[in-house]
Amino acid sequence: MDIEAIIRNTFSQFVGRNACYYAIAAIGLNIQFGYTGLLNFGQAAFMAAGAYGLAMTVSVMGISMWWGILFGIGYALILGVIMGVPTLRLRADYLAIVTIAVAEIVRLFVRSVWAKEAFGGTDGLRDFASAFQNVGDSLGIERAKVYGWWAFQFSGRDLWVLMVGWTLVAIFGVFVWLLMKSPWGRVLKAIREDEDAVRSLGKNVYSYKMQALLMGGVIGCFSGMIFALGNASVQPDNYSRDLTFFVLTGLVLGGVAKVSGSIVGPMLFWAIYAFIESILRQVTEDGPVRIGDYTLIDSTKVGQVVFMLMGLMLVLLMTFRPQGLFGNRRELAFDGR
Amino acid sequence: MDAETTPATLSETARLAKEALKGVVAEPGAHKPDPILTATGVRRNFGGITAVDVDRVEVQRGSITALIGPNGAGKTTFFNLMTGFDVPDAGDWSFNGKSMEGVPPHKRASLGMVRTFQLTKSLTRMPVIENMKLGATDQIGEKWWNGLIPGRWKAQEAEIEARSDELLKRFRLDHMRGEYAGSLSGGQRKLLEMARALMTNPTLVMLDEPMAGVNPALKQSLNEHVRGLRDEGMTVLFVEHDMDMVHDISDWVIVMAEGRVIAEGTPDDIASNQSVIDAYLGVHQGQSLLEDEEL
Repeated sequence: MDIEAIIRNTFSQFVGRNACYYAIAAIGLNIQFGYTGLLNFGQAAFMAAGAYGLAMTVSVMGISMWWGILFGIGYALILGVIMGVPTLRLRADYLAIVTIAVAEIVRLFVRSVWAKEAFGGTDGLRDFASAFQNVGDSLGIERAKVYGWWAFQFSGRDLWVLMVGWTLVAIFGVFVWLLMKSPWGRVLKAIREDEDAVRSLGKNVYSYKMQALLMGGVIGCFSGMIFALGNASVQPDNYSRDLTFFVLTGLVLGGVAKVSGSIVGPMLFWAIYAFIESILRQVTEDGPVRIGDYTLIDSTKVGQVVFMLMGLMLVLLMTFRPQGLFGNRRELAFDGR
Repeated sequence: MDAETTPATLSETARLAKEALKGVVAEPGAHKPDPILTATGVRRNFGGITAVDVDRVEVQRGSITALIGPNGAGKTTFFNLMTGFDVPDAGDWSFNGKSMEGVPPHKRASLGMVRTFQLTKSLTRMPVIENMKLGATDQIGEKWWNGLIPGRWKAQEAEIEARSDELLKRFRLDHMRGEYAGSLSGGQRKLLEMARALMTNPTLVMLDEPMAGVNPALKQSLNEHVRGLRDEGMTVLFVEHDMDMVHDISDWVIVMAEGRVIAEGTPDDIASNQSVIDAYLGVHQGQSLLEDEEL
């Protein structure tokens, strides 16, 4: 077994593209779910809004990428308003139902044959990342050259995406950290605890919930853009429920209502994923693992088994460390309801 | 409260309130000399049941008014209607002479009307001091674009914190300042909720069963705190089952039964009012209301 390769893969994924755009999405989701208590199960839709906003503007409408970013933000805001207006006055569970439904509607809509010209159907969209890569070129990053050392080796193309992506993580991280220390953040946390109490103290709860939903959504749309630019393509089925729940898993792993948790959680999520996967791949490299005549695992099943094991880990985490890695146990111990 | 036997404990404001209510006829819908809150024709139906059907109620400014009645009398519904947490099917409120129709709850609070809840709503996973600071109105940092720049709200925050600490000291919660509100006892949570409500600088404080679940030792100090509100010029309206408290501290009592106001008057008027006794105990009961407070 090549242990060094396993460790290398693990570290590579720890800072890789997946970890990066998951972290951005988790920072956004943390505003909604962690601080305000809004059960947004449709973060994938906000990410799709960003990704399609950017890709469509460049490849279908043929105008500048910068407009694409603005359109992406605009779509995320519209989506947030559509989700929020009917549900934010109701109990939290309804928001969960509506967001998951809206996310599916968005996905099915963009992959439909009817709208193939605009969204490219199931094939999605390509040919929009070159303007972004050109900016990298102008900074002297060569696309094909490999930069870095040991586990941290990336092509110039990836490196540029990672540089922009992690910069966004840092910006949004500081942004949310500043906000949550402010009286604005205090109101959000209070809404999470008991919105009637907040209302009785003269705060417009509905407005705050909408602000949180939109802010988290806009940050989520940047995650979708990084995802799209990293893959140099947008495919509708990448924005399914799985994506939302993996982001949520990463967030819970790190610890909700903590900026550090929302960043390190998704990084660990992908590091652990790479770790388990590398081990299983190496184990099954020379044929299936058997106990007697019974096939325990073969190389075609690795993908599924990794997620089974990660699911098991999450169950154990929730049982023994419900606050996640960075969460505050004392804070979690008082559950008023 | 008997002015003859306890002159020392009767504060100036208590005397003024008593004086003002002296000429008021003890009957449902009585007109007060200076009402801060007036309800006219307020009705609320839940399906086929009329939970509240009040023709007219006025609350005298600067007084402590109790709202009592047997279980299911509609007191809490009335409270919810008054604070905008529920919408009446008919009728109107006016607060300080201003109609409250269509004014959402958060606006009512900034007009000077604040409430507490029957089941205490302390924000358990926030420290006591944060609970308090939340109560302050018109905070600059509660706009997110200001929140991003600490320099904009730090000065106001310090002011709010000083005021919070003052109130915590007054309610004897200062030693719990940094603790999570979830670690407070039931009685302390009641105090915290009341203190937090005062952070909004209200003119009318509405307390929904402030004594529920509070131990007898703390009840005395709660009474003092409620009196203290009146001494500072606030008007207090409270719902309560604890007849001792009602008799001790209220200047005026409004009795509800089956959604209607059946009697009004001073605590002594009410204690001897036959229709109140009937409402609580059923007709043909000869006992005094005060002997049966445990009901």
